[in-house]
Amino acid sequence: MSVLQPPAGPDAAGPVPFLSRLHEWVTTVDHKKIGTMYIVCGIIYLIIAGLEATLMRWQLTWPGMDVLTPEEFNRLFTMHGTTMVFFVGMPILLGSANILIPLMIGARDLAFPRLNAFSFWLFFFGSLLLYFSYFGGQGLYGMGSAPDVGWFAYAPLTERTFSRGHSTDYWILGIFVAGIGSTATAANFIATILGMRCRGMTLMKMPLLVWIMLVDSVIILLALPPLAAAQILLLFDRLLGAHFFDAQAGGSALLWQNLFWFFGHPEVYILILPGFAFVTEIIPVFSRKVIFGYPLMVAATVAIGFISLGVWAHHMFVVGLSPMLNTIFMGSTMLVGVPTGIKMFNWVATMIGGRIRFDTPMLYATGFLCQFLLGGLTGIFLATVPFDWQVSDSYFVVGHFHFVLFGGLVFAILAAVFYWFPKVTGRMMNETLGKWQFWLLVIGFNITFGAMHVSGFLGMPRRVYTYHTDRGWDFWNLLTSLGVIVQILGFALFALNLVHSLFKGKKAGDDPWDAWTLEWSTTSPPPPHNFEEDPVVHSRRPLWDLKHPDDPDWKYE
Amino acid sequence: MTTAPAALAPPEALPQNGIVNGKIGIACMIISEIAFFGTLISAYVFYIGRDINGPYPQEVLDVSIAPLKVLFNSIFLLISSVWIWLAIRSMRKGRMGAFIFWWALTVLCGAEFLVGTGFEWYDMIVNDGVWMGTNLFGSGFYTLVGFHAFHVTMGLFVLTLILILTLLGHVTPKNVEKVDLVSWYWHFVDGIWVVVFFVVYVFGNMPIS
Repeated sequence: MSVLQPPAGPDAAGPVPFLSRLHEWVTTVDHKKIGTMYIVCGIIYLIIAGLEATLMRWQLTWPGMDVLTPEEFNRLFTMHGTTMVFFVGMPILLGSANILIPLMIGARDLAFPRLNAFSFWLFFFGSLLLYFSYFGGQGLYGMGSAPDVGWFAYAPLTERTFSRGHSTDYWILGIFVAGIGSTATAANFIATILGMRCRGMTLMKMPLLVWIMLVDSVIILLALPPLAAAQILLLFDRLLGAHFFDAQAGGSALLWQNLFWFFGHPEVYILILPGFAFVTEIIPVFSRKVIFGYPLMVAATVAIGFISLGVWAHHMFVVGLSPMLNTIFMGSTMLVGVPTGIKMFNWVATMIGGRIRFDTPMLYATGFLCQFLLGGLTGIFLATVPFDWQVSDSYFVVGHFHFVLFGGLVFAILAAVFYWFPKVTGRMMNETLGKWQFWLLVIGFNITFGAMHVSGFLGMPRRVYTYHTDRGWDFWNLLTSLGVIVQILGFALFALNLVHSLFKGKKAGDDPWDAWTLEWSTTSPPPPHNFEEDPVVHSRRPLWDLKHPDDPDWKYE
Repeated sequence: MTTAPAALAPPEALPQNGIVNGKIGIACMIISEIAFFGTLISAYVFYIGRDINGPYPQEVLDVSIAPLKVLFNSIFLLISSVWIWLAIRSMRKGRMGAFIFWWALTVLCGAEFLVGTGFEWYDMIVNDGVWMGTNLFGSGFYTLVGFHAFHVTMGLFVLTLILILTLLGHVTPKNVEKVDLVSWYWHFVDGIWVVVFFVVYVFGNMPIS
C-alpha cells in the first residue's frame, strides 16, 4: 500500500529528506493524507478567492473608484465564485469526509484508495487548469484572460461570439475535470459507507456525519453529471460549432439555465450538508448530551436530499416561466425549509438542558446556528416569487447566499477544523487565538453581509463594477468594505493559529474533547491502518459505552 | 476501541452483511452515467422540431440510412448483452472455453455496431452534408450518438483487455465476480442505446404533421 517509508514524524529516526517526504505525499493512497491535501488546497484557494473578493470590495468602497477596470472586475467575480464553490467548498468537504468517514465507521481506508488518490489529482489539476486561464486564456490578443462570464456562465454570453479567446474553455474544462473527480469520490464514499462499516455498526448506529455524507454523495452522483453534460454541450458549441445555446439557430439560452441550475441548486446542498454534518457531531459533545431525535435527523437529511433535486427553477423566477411553474418551484423551495427547520430544532433541543462547554468548536457551531438561521430565513423570503422579482440579482441575494455559505458553511468548517485538528495533527489549536478570531469574524461578517442586504433593498444590482453617488448606496458599501478589514484580521489569526499549532501546539492525546465516536478511540494522529484492532460497536456512542461500562448506551437504544 | 467483554455484547453486534464494494462502486458509476445521458437525452428531446433549417431528421434518417439498417446494427449490440450474460454463466461454471467463445462474440458484436455507426456517420456527413454545425439536429445527433459510441468504444477496450488477459491465462473462474462487473457496464451501454434509439430514430423521426 502507500507507506513504503516509515511514517514521517518527530518520532521517526532522523529527519526524512524533503524529496522522499514529497514523494510519500504525492504517491499516497492513504485517506487521511489525501484528505489533508484536499483541505490544504482548499485553504490555499480560500485565501486566493478571499483576496479576489477583497479587491472587488476595495473597488466598490466608494462610488466611482478605479482600482479595477470593468473587465478585471468581471473576471474577479467569476473567479471568486467559481473558486469558492468548486475549489474551496468541494475540496474542504471531500477532504474532511475523506479523513472522517473511515475513522468514524471503523474502517481501514476508503473502499477504493487508488481511485481516491486519482480523484484528488483530478481536482488538483482541474483547479490549476482554471487558474492557468490567467496565462493561457488569451487566445486572441486583447481578448481577456480569465473567464468573465459569472460562476453560472449564462448562455449566450459564453458563446464564441461573445466570449472570444479560450477563457471560457478553461472554465469548462477545469470544472469538468474536477467534477469527474468529485463524482468518483461520491461513489467511493457510498461504497465505503455501505460496505465497510465495522462489526455492529448497523445503518441506524452510524454517526450522523456518516449518514449525512451518504446522502450528500448521492446528490453529488445525481447532480454533477448533468453539469458535465451541459458543459460538454457548451464546449461543442464553442469548439465544434454546434448550436445548442445559439438562439439564432433555434438553440435555447434558457436550456443552459435549466441544466446549470439543475446542478447548481443541489450543489449548494452538497456544500451545506457537510456543514450540517460537522455541527451535528460537535453540538452533542459540547452539550454533553446525545443528539436529540437521531431518526428524525436521518429522515430530514434524506428529505433534503430528495427535495434539493426539485427546486432549481427558483433561480429563474425572473426569466418568465409560467405562473404555474413559478408556483410549483416556490412551493418546493419552501418545502426544503421544513426538514432544515427540523434539524435546527434538533440542534437547539440538544443544547437545551445540556452542560454546554463553549470551547472554540462549540463557539463556531453556535455561530453557525445563528447565522445560518438568518440566511435560511432570507432564503424563505427569496422563495416567494413576488419578493424575488423585486430583489433578484441585487445585493440582497448576494447577502443571502453569503449568510448561508459563509455564515453557515465556513463557520461550520471552522468548527470542524478546531474540533478535528487535534485528531489529524496530534496537537491542539490555540483557544485564545481561536476565540479572538471567532469574534472578529462574527463582527466583520455581519457588518459586511448585513449591509449587503440593505444596499440590495435600495436597488443595488450584483456584478456592477461601480455606481453613482446619488443612489444612497455609498454608506452601505463603505460599511460592507470596512467589514472586510475585520474579517481579514480574523483570517490572519486563523492562519497564524494553524501554523503555530501545527508546530508548537499543546499535545492533544487521543480524546481531548471527551467525545463518543470511533475516531477518538485511536491515536492522534491515527496510524496508517487507523485501528490496532477491528472495532466493534454496540451503540451510536461506542466510546461512551467504553467509558461507562456500568451504564452503556445500547441498553436504551 | 477494543472488543467489549462478551457479557457486554448485546445481540445486535452482528458481523458485516458482506456486500461487495465493487458492486456498489459500479452501480454508483452507472447511476452517474444515467444522470449524464439523461441530460444529453433531455437536451435532444428539447430540441426536436426546433430546427430552423434542414436537413431535418426525417430526410436524413429516412432516406440515406434506412431505419432497417440501424435496427440491424442495434440488434447486434443488444444481443451482445445475451452473449456476455452467457459468458459470465459459463465462467461461473468454470468452463473457460465457453467463456472465451461468448466473450469474443460480445466483442465482435460490439465492434460490428461501431462499424455500422461509422458507415452511418460517413453517409450523413458526406452524402447528406449534416455535421455538428449544420443545425440543431446535427448538434444533438452527433453529441448523443457520439457519446454513446464513445461508451461502446470504452467498453470494447475493457472487454478486449479481459479477453487478452484470459487468453494469457491471467483470468480464472475465481475472478468471475470482478469480470461480472464489466458485464454490468456493458448491459448499461446496451440499455441506454434502447432509449437513445427510441428518442433519435423513432420519437425524433416522426413525420412532420
